[in-house]
Amino acid sequence: MYEGVLQDLIDELARLPGVGPKGAQRIAFHLLAADPADVRRLAETMQEMKAKATFCQTCGNVSQAERCRICADPRRDPTSICVVEEPKDVVAIERTREFRGRYHVLGGAISPLAGIGPDQLRIRELMGRLADGEVTEVILAMDPNIEGDATAAYLSRLLRSMELSVTRLASGLPVGGDLEYADEVTLGRAFAGRRSTGD
Amino acid sequence: MPVYSDEAVVLRTHKLAEADRIITLLTREHGVVRAVARGVRRTSSKFGSRLEPFTHVDLQLAIGRNLDTVTQAETRAPYGAAIAADYERYTAASVMLETAERLVSEEREPSVQQYLLLVGALRTMVAGEHRPGDVLDAFLLRSMSVAGYAPSCWACASCGLEGPHRAFSPGAGGALCPRCRVPGSASPAAETLVHLGALLSGHWEQVDAAHDRHRREARGLVSAYVSWHLERALRSMPLLAREVSGER
Repeated sequence: MYEGVLQDLIDELARLPGVGPKGAQRIAFHLLAADPADVRRLAETMQEMKAKATFCQTCGNVSQAERCRICADPRRDPTSICVVEEPKDVVAIERTREFRGRYHVLGGAISPLAGIGPDQLRIRELMGRLADGEVTEVILAMDPNIEGDATAAYLSRLLRSMELSVTRLASGLPVGGDLEYADEVTLGRAFAGRRSTGD
Repeated sequence: MPVYSDEAVVLRTHKLAEADRIITLLTREHGVVRAVARGVRRTSSKFGSRLEPFTHVDLQLAIGRNLDTVTQAETRAPYGAAIAADYERYTAASVMLETAERLVSEEREPSVQQYLLLVGALRTMVAGEHRPGDVLDAFLLRSMSVAGYAPSCWACASCGLEGPHRAFSPGAGGALCPRCRVPGSASPAAETLVHLGALLSGHWEQVDAAHDRHRREARGLVSAYVSWHLERALRSMPLLAREVSGER
């Protein structure tokens, strides 16, 4: 145990996700040795983020205003919505520069073992966005795991009756990898999702 | 580091650090084991897809100080994909995993019967020959029996008088005769108790032929029975999808 404020800081840092007691100690000593101006800037940035960052009322993405940058951009295609689990998925898809539509962040995936059902996600808000008929395409971009698959299956069933094109991101072989090293589930999905080379 | 091999069903996973996961397993020889799987959240991981909930795997684990580490994983049966594709199956199978984890609460305490029951139930669920809700109820009643809480569906749970009886009390252990009936007992239809008996004994022809009204009533009794004996409600139980009549 260290004295007073240093131990308090270690305890606070250790509460952060992915930071254990040793990591917290390392960060605390780094801050202790750092330039006071750097530490002040870090503290101010954290406070400013907490005060200003909010969630977009339309899509649920992280935003500094009522509507996020993407929802407010008139150049984005209003007829296409990509549904993702978390705001960080929006960033990952934006990096591809392949998608010019808008997003809808669910805030997680259906996980009965964690007590998360459809009512805990922003599914009602999604249905509200689809109600006016402007959207013609919904892309389900859930994580390729059990919770993501189940959430996509649930949404597909929900959207079946609406006149929409509903697609799910393809799963399969990573670019740059060797076929022989692919596991059987991934390779099986790549087979199931194979497409004609004549496209 | 000493290593050991076992077969297991993945019960649940938790994120750990940047790209790792803590995997909770029900193993055949070592009961419930919690182990670290390193790097499985990366898309390049060879383990990732094999260590998803519902997957039946052959594992090699290295014994650690607190948690063991998964060093190899081979798929025996990837039940997850077929389960996640159907929301009703997914919610029912999730209840099965949570129940198995709760009933085998002692880590590294072998429970071969619970293990075989879970593997069999997952296989039946994926085969799609019976309603997911019925597979779940049969699993719940049998896993409670293996754990020592077998319900009495015919004879009186208190005095042993042969049935059929018209009262059912989770706390008293099942069906009750008029003399042993306790306040607050449910009064199910005789057919509901017959349905419960068929679920427990695995008479699937009888189970499949049950009337939806008796099936629904039995579901409520099974749910109350499990909640009573586990003392703490299952998180996944309220999220159980409402069964569409006749859907398999």
